[in-house]
This record gives sequence, structure tokens and C-alpha cells, in this order.
Amino acid sequence: MVTITGVIPRPSTYTGLWSWLTTVDHKRIGALYGFSAFFFFIVGGIEAGIMRLQLITSDNSLVSADWFNAMFTMHGTTMIFMVIMPFGATFFNFLIPLMIGARDVAFPRLNAFSYWTFLFGALLMHAGFLIGQVPDAGWFSYANLTAAPFSEGKGLDFWALSLQVLGVASLAAGFNFVVTIINMRAPGMSLMRMPVFVWMTLVTSILLVLAFPIITVALIELTADRQFGANFFNTAAGGDPILWQHLFWLFGHPEVYILILPAMGVVSEIIPTFSRKPLFGYPVVVFSGIVIAIMSWAVWSHHMFTVGLGPIANSVFTITTMLIAVPTGVKIFNWIGTMWKGSIDLRTPMLMAIGFVSLFIVGGLSGVSHAVSPSDFQQQDTYYIVAHIHYVLFGGAIFGIFAGIYYWYPKITGKMYNELLGKIQFWLMFIGMNLTFFPMHYAGLNGMPRRIYTYAEGFGWEGMNLLATIGYFVIVISLLIFIHNFFRSIKKGAEAGHDPWDAPTLEWSISSPPPVYNFAEVPVVRGQDAYWITKREAQARGETVPAEPHVDPTTIHLPSPSYWPLITSFGVVWIAGGLLIDVGWDYIRFPISFVGGIITILGVIGWSLEPPAEEHHEAAAGHH
Amino acid sequence: MAHADTTHAPPAHPPAHEEETTTGINHRKLLMWVFLGSDCLFFGSLIATYMVYRGQSIVGPYPRDIIDVPITTVSTFVLLMSSFTMVMGVAAARSGNQKRLIQWLVLTIILGGTFIGFQVYEFNLFRVEGLRYETNLFSSTFFTLTGFHGAHVTLGLFWLACLAIMAARNPAGRPSDLDVDIAGLYWHFVDIVWIVIFTLLYLIGGFDGPSEAGHAAVQGWNWVTGLIS
Repeated sequence: MVTITGVIPRPSTYTGLWSWLTTVDHKRIGALYGFSAFFFFIVGGIEAGIMRLQLITSDNSLVSADWFNAMFTMHGTTMIFMVIMPFGATFFNFLIPLMIGARDVAFPRLNAFSYWTFLFGALLMHAGFLIGQVPDAGWFSYANLTAAPFSEGKGLDFWALSLQVLGVASLAAGFNFVVTIINMRAPGMSLMRMPVFVWMTLVTSILLVLAFPIITVALIELTADRQFGANFFNTAAGGDPILWQHLFWLFGHPEVYILILPAMGVVSEIIPTFSRKPLFGYPVVVFSGIVIAIMSWAVWSHHMFTVGLGPIANSVFTITTMLIAVPTGVKIFNWIGTMWKGSIDLRTPMLMAIGFVSLFIVGGLSGVSHAVSPSDFQQQDTYYIVAHIHYVLFGGAIFGIFAGIYYWYPKITGKMYNELLGKIQFWLMFIGMNLTFFPMHYAGLNGMPRRIYTYAEGFGWEGMNLLATIGYFVIVISLLIFIHNFFRSIKKGAEAGHDPWDAPTLEWSISSPPPVYNFAEVPVVRGQDAYWITKREAQARGETVPAEPHVDPTTIHLPSPSYWPLITSFGVVWIAGGLLIDVGWDYIRFPISFVGGIITILGVIGWSLEPPAEEHHEAAAGHH
Repeated sequence: MAHADTTHAPPAHPPAHEEETTTGINHRKLLMWVFLGSDCLFFGSLIATYMVYRGQSIVGPYPRDIIDVPITTVSTFVLLMSSFTMVMGVAAARSGNQKRLIQWLVLTIILGGTFIGFQVYEFNLFRVEGLRYETNLFSSTFFTLTGFHGAHVTLGLFWLACLAIMAARNPAGRPSDLDVDIAGLYWHFVDIVWIVIFTLLYLIGGFDGPSEAGHAAVQGWNWVTGLIS
């Protein structure tokens, strides 16, 4: 091992492709997460488009039933695990160290490992398309539809093993952000002075760390059944497919809050800034987030009301599900209370945030309607549920994500986006979203089942489906405008300055884009809305806030780039990918997978023996 | 290993483990605590699966035919003793006694390795007696749960061996007492998990037989599929 670490020095390039492959800078990793998530957003969006085109009219035959199954499976899986979660990670990465006044996350190389593992896992899942083995059992892949006799081919193996890899990435990121937020706050940044976004990131990370082991076990059991002939979900051996549902939803319901809490955090930053008022009831918002996280462990069986768990279980989960609406409702009142009598500036981020609040109310109300288990018997597996999930995840999470992209665009790029195009995008996306998903409530209550690839004439569903498909294209146009705005503004946008919104949090106190070392001097925090305090006090003294002192970057110690996270991630995905190899002799997959294990172990050894900084780089710095 | 490098270039900055933190708890130690919290849910799910399927197997061998409580009591004792030697190792590291540290680490590795030896023997015996991974619900849940525990112990052995080698090569520097402390946390956790597994799978579940309810369910299933076909 001496030879490995002795021969390969730490990379020292800070430009070009290699610098991106070996970076451990949280801002760059955030950017990588953002672009990857947007790429998969397009992929998942195309899958949605294929479904909408197929359903545009009755008895359509654009795609086969099998392809339709693959499309809704991959659409759900992609949007949840490869779009909303990594968009959350984008904001965590870019913002958390800046908001708490730190130079980087607690474990920069682990952070790079999280990103590469996420990317490789996502690519592995999509690699199934290349050989025509696409998962097709729904994003929740209920047993025993997933058993080998009922799901032939390797589609479900791609699903289970890639999701396992994505889980490794999420767990590593979760550990990292829990430690970062607890342990790396600037002096004076007590827990109850942290921005709400930081709080929601902490809560989300704790949920990640506790929820992902459960899906890990469920996927191990599924993989063991499919690859090694185990009996976990094999009814013929006495196994119970309902176990899969319990494990999946015990993970799945905290997962829902993993998706929505970051968006709630983003909105809690934007509404105060554009209302010119501190957040109304800050402690209540924080505690509501914590209560949501705790209660999210006690509602999972509301996904299983029609399974037949009995009246007692259904009643209990009806009550807990209705109760969890309370802290969510409290937050909504806090956001409205923040806007109340504020001096509201309707810039694009604020519009998106208000869009989030209003659409999330619709999704929340339909959610309460199927919390009532007798009512859910009517709605189960209909388009009503599809409408609900899209109001909370598109109307909620995606609007929150876009609010965040617009809000922090000037900070990330240093340029200002085009406000007019931003507002046009908001209105088109808002109208398109409602046009797509609102009619689904009616289609669902009129009995249209979800996951059907076509429907016969005469049920009266054509009109609703036509509207939904038109709405889809309105959303597509809005996204094209966004892409145009995003890239054009990077080139031709006006200089944003370091604090275009007069915002309350620390990331706005440094230049845009932030320097690689973030803060020249570690800030001292003297209350909530730290940067507002600094600015108001300077104003009262009739001064302007002094610019950050210039420091020689070579005097600031930053973690050096590293090859090892990339190599270790590659090994991890090889372990999973090896098990998918199919070249006649079936058992070849075990030695191939084993090679991945060796790469992983070598990666970890190289990682742990790597010297703290690249040596001649330091020596060079010493000469200046 | 890498300590050959450190003799050439002593670190210009304090190593990461001496960084100041908000809580005063070291980053890596906090990471280990968070990881162990996560791992609780991992073993919790595996144990829950075992308990849900306990006594539900419809073909043998059943636990009562094959589980040997006395021999596993011995291996359990060996593993618990390794926690004792680990504590002594952490104490030696704290007092800066590298020689004692190496001795206690090697002893811990021997005890942990003995436990794994018992497990290999047990797995192989079960295989010979006709209990393979795919035999029944008991075998699938048993091998998965105890197998993942065994994998955790094996990883721990590898880790302790790395620490022992580092200590032998570089008596003055690492492993620091923190390095040993963190490995100790992991090692004790794995031992505690085994106490739960030993209680549930051996002392309580070790005498289970076939499932009447399982038989009835399968007969019902066969009857339904008979009606359809």
C-alpha cells in the first residue's frame, strides 16, 4: 500500500476536467449535483411525456403496455431518487457551509464520494435501457410482482442494485451533513440562531440516516430472493409479500419528508427576505419541522389501508396521518404570517415560494382526504392519488427547488437572471402544473385507475386526459424558457453584486460567486438573521458594511483534491454492476462483482493513507 | 504504512482530528455515533424480518433440529471477552502505552477471529445437515441476519489489524487514542448486536418447530390456485 500512496501524489489542478473529477470543494460538488439532477429531471420529464401522449385519448397505441409500465416505474424512481433528492443535496452542499460560516463540510472527500456514487448509481439504473432491461414494477416494486417468475429479465435487478448504490450515496451525505451542522457552526451560531434551511437540512439528514437502512434491508432481501434463491417474499415457502410493503413504506414515508423538508427550508429563507420581515414564529417553524420528522415514523401504513390490516390498524393510522397535517399547517400559517403586513417584493423567487405554499395547500388537503381510510378505499390506485402526489412533489418540492435556484442564482453564478423571463416561466409552470394535475382529481374520482396504459371509450375520461397532456406541454415550454434564461444569464446577465436581495443569512456577506475559501475571516454570529443584524447596526452608525478583507488564499488551509473518492465510488458501483453481468455462464457475475469489492477496498486504503495535503504544493506556497 | 511519508514531511497543519468543533466532540467520533444510530435501524430491520417469520417455515430443518445453543454460548462468551480486551486496548492507548495497545489489539483480534471461526464452522455444519440459504424461511432469515453480523465483525477485525500494524510501525504517532477509541465504539456496538441476536435466535427461537399456520396458508394458496387452473 505504501507504493500506491507513494506513487500517486494528491492532484493539484484547480482548472479543467481533472479538477472537477477530483474536487472536494462543496460549492463545486453542489454544482455537479445540480447539473446531474437537472439532466435526470429532463429524462424523467421525457418519460412523463411518453405517458401523457399515450393517454391523450382512449384506445391509443403509441407505446405497448410493457413500455408504459417501464415508463411509470422509471419516471417515479428517477424523479424521487435522481431529481428531488439530489436537488436537495445541491442546496445542502452549496449553502450549508456558507450559512453556518464554515470553510467546507466536515468530510470533504466523503462529500465527493457521495456525489460520484449517486451519479454512478443513477447511470447504472439507466444502463438497463441500453440492453432493454428496464424495471417495470412501479417505483415501490411490490412483492411478489418482483419475484423472479413474475418479473423475468434483469430489469428488477437493475432497479434493486442501483437503488442500493444510490442509498450508499444518500447515507454518506446524511452522515456528513449531520456532523457538519452539529459541529462546524461559526462562533455564536447556536442551534436556535441557525437559518431555518439549516435546521431543515439537519432534520432531513437525520431522517436519511435512519430511513435508508430500512430500504437497504428491503433491497437486500429482494436481491437475495432474485439472485440467490432466498424466500423472503416467496409465498410458496410461507413468505409474506406484505412484509415488503411494511419495510418499503416504513422507509417510504420518512422519505416523503426527506423530499419536502428541504423545499420548506428554502421557502422559509425566501419569504422573509422578500417580505422584509423576519420569519414569523421562528421556533414554531423549527419545532414543527422536528415534529413532522418524528411523526413521519408513525404514518406508514396509510399507504396500505386497502391491504386488509384490519379496522384497528386502519383507525390508528388514520388518526396519526391526520395529526401530521397539524405541524404542516402550522408552518403554512407561519409563512402567511410572515407575509402579513410585510413589504412584499414579487420577484421570481418569491413568486415560486408563494406558488409552493398555495399548491402545497391543495396537495395537503387532498392528502387529508385520503388519510380517512374509508374514503381512501374509494381513492386507492386512482388518478386522484396521482394528482395528490404531484401537488405535493411538483407543486411542493419542485416549486421550492425552482424558488431556491432563482434565489441563489446570483450567489452561485455572480450574475443576475432575467426577471421578466423568470416571471413568465413561473406563470407558465404554475398554469401548466394546474392544467396537468388538477383534472386528474376528477378523472380519479370518476374511477380512472392509475398505471393503466390505455382506457376504453365511453368512461368520460378523454377530456380530463387531453387537458393534462396540454398542461404537460405548457410545463415543457416553461422549462425551455428556464434553460434559456439560466445559460444566457451566465454569459450576458448583469453583475449581481454580493447581496442583491438585502438578505439575512451569512452567504450573502461574501462575494458572488464565493471564493474557494468562503470566508476570509470566520464570522461571529450575534443573533438570528445574522447578516441583517450586521447591516442594520452599520446603518445605524451611518456606515456601510465593510467589505471582506482581502487575504492571500495560500495562507488559508483547504482540503486538497483527491482521486480516492472517485475510485472508491467506481468500486462500489462495480460491485452492483458485476452482479448484473449476463454472458451465458451465470456464475461469472460473482468474480466480476468481487473485483469491484477489491477496487473499493483499495480505494478506502488509499483514501485513509492519503497525506493531508499535496506536498510540493505546500512547499511552493512556503516560498512566497 | 503511510508513516514513511510523515517522516519526510511533518504535517504543517494540525491533523484533522485536533480541529476545534462546535460541540467539542471530534468530527470522526460524532460520525461514528451517527453511523451506529443508522446501523441500529439496519440490524433492527433484519431482526424484525426474522421475528416476523419466526416459526413460519413449512419445511425443515427447523431451528430445534439444528441450532446448538451450548456451542454458540461458548462463541458468545468469546466475543464478549473481546469487548473486555478492547476496553483494555483503549485504556492503553489513552495512557500512551503503544506496546500494551498492540498486545490488547492482537488479543481482541484473536478472540474476534475465534468467534468468526465458530460461525464458519456453524454455517458449514448447517449446510452439511441440509440447511442451505434457499431451504426455507428460517434459513433465509437466519443466514442473512447472522451473515451480516459476521461481516460486521470481519470488517472490525480488518480495522483492528490496521490499527495494530500502524501501532507496530510507528510507536510515536498514530494510531492516536482517538483512532482506537472510534474503532472501540464500533467493536462494542457489534458485540451488543450479537447479544440481541443470541437471545432472539438461539435462546428464544432456537427451539422453534414447523408452522401450523404456515401449513394452512400454503394449503389455502394451493387450493385457490387449484380453483383457477
